[in-house]
Amino acid sequence: MAINAAGRNIPDSIPGYGEVRHFKGHDRRPPEGNRFGKRNRTAFNTRTDKTLPDIKAAISASGLKSGMTISFHHHLRNGDFVVNAVLDACAEMGIKDLVIFPTALFGVHKHLTKHIKSGVIRQIMGSVNGPIGQLASEGGMSVPVVLRSHGGRPRAVTSGEVVIDVAFIAAPTADKYGNLSGAVGRSACGSLGYAHSDAEYAQCVVAITDNLIPYPAPCIHIPQFFVDFVVSVDSIGDPAGIVSGTTRVTRDPMRLLIARNAAKLIEATPYFRDGISFQTGAGGISLAVAAYVRDAMREKGIKGSFGLGGITEFFVDMMKEGLFERLLDVQSFDLAAVKSIGENPNHVEISADWYANPWNAGCAVNMLDTVVLGATEVDRDFNVNVNTEADGALLHGIGGHQDTAAGAQLTIITTPLLRGRIPCAVDSVYTVSTPGEVVDAVVTEFGVAINPRRQDLINAAKEAGDVPLVTMDELIETAEKFTGPMSPVETEDRIIGVVEYRDGTVIDVVRQLKKK
Amino acid sequence: MRLRRTKLYLPGNNPNMLLRGHLFNPDGVILDLEDAVAVSEKDAARILVRDVLRRGDFGSCEVTVRINAMDTEFWRTDIETVVPCGIDGIRIPKVENPKDIALMDEALSQIESKAKIRVGKTLIFCLLETALGIWRAYDIAKASRRVAAICPGGEDLRADLKTTRSPNSEELIGPRRMVVLAAHAAGVDALDTVFADITDDAGLRRESEWVKQLGYQGKSVIHPNQIPIIHDVFTPTAKEIEQAKKIVEAAAEAAARGLGAVQVDGKMVDKPVVKRAEFTLQRAGLKAGGEK
Repeated sequence: MAINAAGRNIPDSIPGYGEVRHFKGHDRRPPEGNRFGKRNRTAFNTRTDKTLPDIKAAISASGLKSGMTISFHHHLRNGDFVVNAVLDACAEMGIKDLVIFPTALFGVHKHLTKHIKSGVIRQIMGSVNGPIGQLASEGGMSVPVVLRSHGGRPRAVTSGEVVIDVAFIAAPTADKYGNLSGAVGRSACGSLGYAHSDAEYAQCVVAITDNLIPYPAPCIHIPQFFVDFVVSVDSIGDPAGIVSGTTRVTRDPMRLLIARNAAKLIEATPYFRDGISFQTGAGGISLAVAAYVRDAMREKGIKGSFGLGGITEFFVDMMKEGLFERLLDVQSFDLAAVKSIGENPNHVEISADWYANPWNAGCAVNMLDTVVLGATEVDRDFNVNVNTEADGALLHGIGGHQDTAAGAQLTIITTPLLRGRIPCAVDSVYTVSTPGEVVDAVVTEFGVAINPRRQDLINAAKEAGDVPLVTMDELIETAEKFTGPMSPVETEDRIIGVVEYRDGTVIDVVRQLKKK
Repeated sequence: MRLRRTKLYLPGNNPNMLLRGHLFNPDGVILDLEDAVAVSEKDAARILVRDVLRRGDFGSCEVTVRINAMDTEFWRTDIETVVPCGIDGIRIPKVENPKDIALMDEALSQIESKAKIRVGKTLIFCLLETALGIWRAYDIAKASRRVAAICPGGEDLRADLKTTRSPNSEELIGPRRMVVLAAHAAGVDALDTVFADITDDAGLRRESEWVKQLGYQGKSVIHPNQIPIIHDVFTPTAKEIEQAKKIVEAAAEAAARGLGAVQVDGKMVDKPVVKRAEFTLQRAGLKAGGEK
C-alpha cells in the first residue's frame, strides 16, 4: 500500500490488473523505452482484394482466440452496431475470455452485459457507462475495468503496455484494399481520430463498412497499408445516433449563468488575445461558454488560432467566420462538422496520439490556451471526479479530461454547485480522475473559485472586476449549507475499477458497492 | 431611489429557484405564494418560503413576497409567516380598493411591532389586475405610505377587459398609461407586468423600450434569461451618463455661485432637464436619492 500524490491509498498490486505504478504527480513519470512495433506482414500483388464475406470470416482470418484483446473506436457513438455485432459473432464462434479495449462505450452497448455474464468478455479496458457501469460497480465483472484518458490510451498502445490482437474499425466508407474514410457514406461520422493508433499498432486490423466502393476511396483517413481485412455489412450504425442534426446553445438559465461566469473569467485572463486556442465539449454549459466567448471575440475583434477536440457546428461556424484559423478534430459531433472535415482543408483530422498522448514529441493539447471541462464532483484541492456518481457507481469515462487539463494554460471546470440535492463541491472527491494540480478554476452558479496556485489568474480576475470570485472553501460551505452532511458511500474492499493517469500510473481505484 | 429594473418571480414551491434566483442578479426577487402555487400546496409553499427567507441569502436583491389576494383565506397567514422574516415588501395581487391597502398597512404594523421590526419597514407593491383597480390607481397608491410601486396586470387584466392578447399588447396601452400617470402623480414607482413569451428576446426588448419611454422604472420577470435584456434597456448608455454628469455638475456649480440659469456646452438648460439628468445618474447607480 502507498498513499499516492493525489492522497489516495492504493495497493501495490491489484488482482486482475497487476502491479501498480503509483501516481507521483503530473509529469513525474518520464517515458521509457521505444515505441512498440507490430509484426511485419506483406500482401504480395497477388492479393489485391482484402474483402471477406462476413464478420465471422474476418474473425477466423484474424486468428482471434479466447483470451485475446480486441479494440474498437467510438466515433459512431450511440448509433454504433459494430461492437455488438463483433461480440455476438465471437460468442457464436465459442471465443471467450476476451479483453475488450474500446475508446469508449455508450448506452447502445448495454447489449454486452449478456456477453459479460456468459464469460465471452472477461475485462473492459475503457469507459463503461449506464448498465455496464452499474454491473461492474456491483461486482459483476471478474477483473477490474481499466480507465484511461484519450491520451493515456494511445500512450498504452504505442508503448506496448497494451497489445491489441485485433482492431475492429467501423468505417463509414472503405475500398476493397482497405482505405478507410469517415467523411463519406450514409454512416459518415467525420474524424476517425481515435482509431488511428489501433490501426497502426494492432497485430491485425479488420475494417467493417456499409459503404464498400471501388478502389481508391476518397478522403482517406486510415490508409490501406494498416488494414488486413475488409468486411461489408448492411449497416454499421444508425445515423440518428451517430451525429446530431444541429447543436443548439442551451436556454437553461442556470447553465447560462455558469457559462457566463466562465466566459467572464476567460475574458479576464491574458489568454484572451489574438491567437487564442480553445476547446470545449459539446455539452450544454460548454457550448454556451463557447457562445459567450465567440460574442466577446467579435466585440473585441479577436481572432483565434485553433479549436481542438470534439468539433461541433458551432466551431465550424466560428472558423467560417474567421474566428479560428483551423480546427483540429479528433471527433466530429454533428452533421456540419462531418461535412466540413470532408471539404475544408483547414479542418484537420488528428489522431488521439496527436491529440493527447503525453509520450510523443508533442501532442496538440500542449498548444491549448483554454479548455472548459465538466465534473461530477470537485474538492478542496481542486481534484476533479468525472468517473463516479454520488452513489459511488462507476458510470463515466475520463475522455480527454486529464489530457486537456494537463496541457491547457487555463483549465476551467464548470459545474452546478448542486445537482438536485447532491453537492458537487465537496471536501474530498470520491474518485480522483484529474488531479487538482492541473486544474485552474472551478466555475459554478455561486461564483468562480480559482486555484490558489494561480495567483496570476486571481489578480487578473480581480482587475477585470466582473468575475464573481469566491474561494473553494466558500463553495463547499455553501453546498453543505444546502444539503447537510452526506452519508458516505459504503463499499467492499474489492477493486472493480482502476483509474490510470495519462502517464499510466494509478491515480485512484473504484471499489465494489456494498449490497443494499 | 432603489433600482427596480427587474423583479424576478420565483415559484414558492420550487426550492431550486428560491435558493438560486438571486444569482441571476435581478434588482429584486418575488417569492410567489399566489399563482405559482396550487391551492392544495399553499401551506407547504408558505413554510418553504419562510425557511428560505430565514436563510436570508439574496445578495443585494430587494426581497418581496407575492401573497395571496385579500379576498382569499390565505393572505393573513401569508403575512404573519413572511413579514417577521424581515422582508423588504409584499406584493398584493388584484388590488381594487384603497381601503384594503389601509387594512393591510394596519395588519403589517401589528406584525412588525410584535416581531420587533421597525414599523413601516415592509413596503407594499400593488398589482392592479382589474379595470377597477386601474381606475383607482392613484387612490390605491396614496392609501398608505408603504406603497412603493403600482403595477398593471397582464393576463388577468386582459380577461377583466374582456379582450385577449394581441401581438403588440395594444389592449394594455391605455391601462399602462393610466398606471404610469397615477404612479408619478402619487410619487411611487411604476413597474410593468411580465413579458410572457420567454423565447422572444426581440419582442421583450421592444416592449421594455416602450414602457421605459412611457415612464416605467422596470418590469417583472418570469425567466432569468430576460434579465440582461431589460437591464440593458433600462441602464443608461455611457454617452447618456456622460451628458447627465455634465448637466448635474453644471447645475451644482450654478447653485454654488447663486446663479439661477444653468449652461452646458454653451446652451441654457431647464430645471426639468437637470432633474432628468439626476434620474439618469440614479439609474446608472452613480447618484443616491429618489424621486419622492
